[in-house]
Amino acid sequence: MNEDVVTTVVFVLLALVAVGFGFLVFRVDSMARATFALAVSFVAVGGILLLLDLDYLGVVVVVMMVMEMAIMAVFMIAYMMNPAGLMPMSMYHDKPRAMSIAVGTFVVLAGGALLVDWPERQGAPPDDVTEQVGLGIMGSHMLVMMGIGAVILSTIVSALVLASARSRYDRLGDDLKARPARDPIRGGVGP
Amino acid sequence: MSLEALLVVAAALIAIGLYGALSQQSIVMLMMGLELMLNGVIVAAASFWYYVAPSRPDGQVLVLVVISAMTIEMAMGFAVQTAIFRAGEVELTDEATELSG
Repeated sequence: MNEDVVTTVVFVLLALVAVGFGFLVFRVDSMARATFALAVSFVAVGGILLLLDLDYLGVVVVVMMVMEMAIMAVFMIAYMMNPAGLMPMSMYHDKPRAMSIAVGTFVVLAGGALLVDWPERQGAPPDDVTEQVGLGIMGSHMLVMMGIGAVILSTIVSALVLASARSRYDRLGDDLKARPARDPIRGGVGP
Repeated sequence: MSLEALLVVAAALIAIGLYGALSQQSIVMLMMGLELMLNGVIVAAASFWYYVAPSRPDGQVLVLVVISAMTIEMAMGFAVQTAIFRAGEVELTDEATELSG
């Protein structure tokens, strides 16, 4: 069989998996299943990147998103209302309008993709695609990655500040020199 | 496989993510819709790199930026969800009305 035919068949399969499982995310009865459906969609997108010769980025997407969905599953179990999917789950608001907006967006975007006269391909992929991105982020695009580093650091700090129940200045009241109260009954029980 | 086909797939992922983000009541499910939209952006950026300018690293760097945006969005989303759940047991978007009107 011709190599192009194989690529096309694999691409169509991956595209169907990515879109189909993406839609399944909002259709299944349990949030845990929704998380795994999203993970499958991400893995299919990683496969599409591999088809485009993006070996490194494809593997990064698969590995990162599987980990991210594993962490997400923990939060799902913490916040979800229907853990095991034993009951039908329907948590929508304004469904018809959301559906019409989504379909309208798809028509506009897909119409643009098909109708716009895209520029001709310039140049060819280098022999080592990973070397290209490595030299890019360490050379001409270094500022981008430095910006991302600063944003990720501030994300770590602000996420911790938001998520912690009490921070260091709110530990034992607003007086920083305050010591733990001398409770008659230890363990923080009682008035 | 062509640029147009890949962009249609990206458009489908973005539209499905938008549908989820608009229609879901749970804040966590809303974030999954946003993730799906960024997933479509990854496909679009990668296909532009491959079919328009493969000799420059811009497209690949854009994919890296989108991947980081996804993780940052997830981390901040869960932090905000934890904060508002602590403050008022809010877990649905309809209940998070503190800033409305």
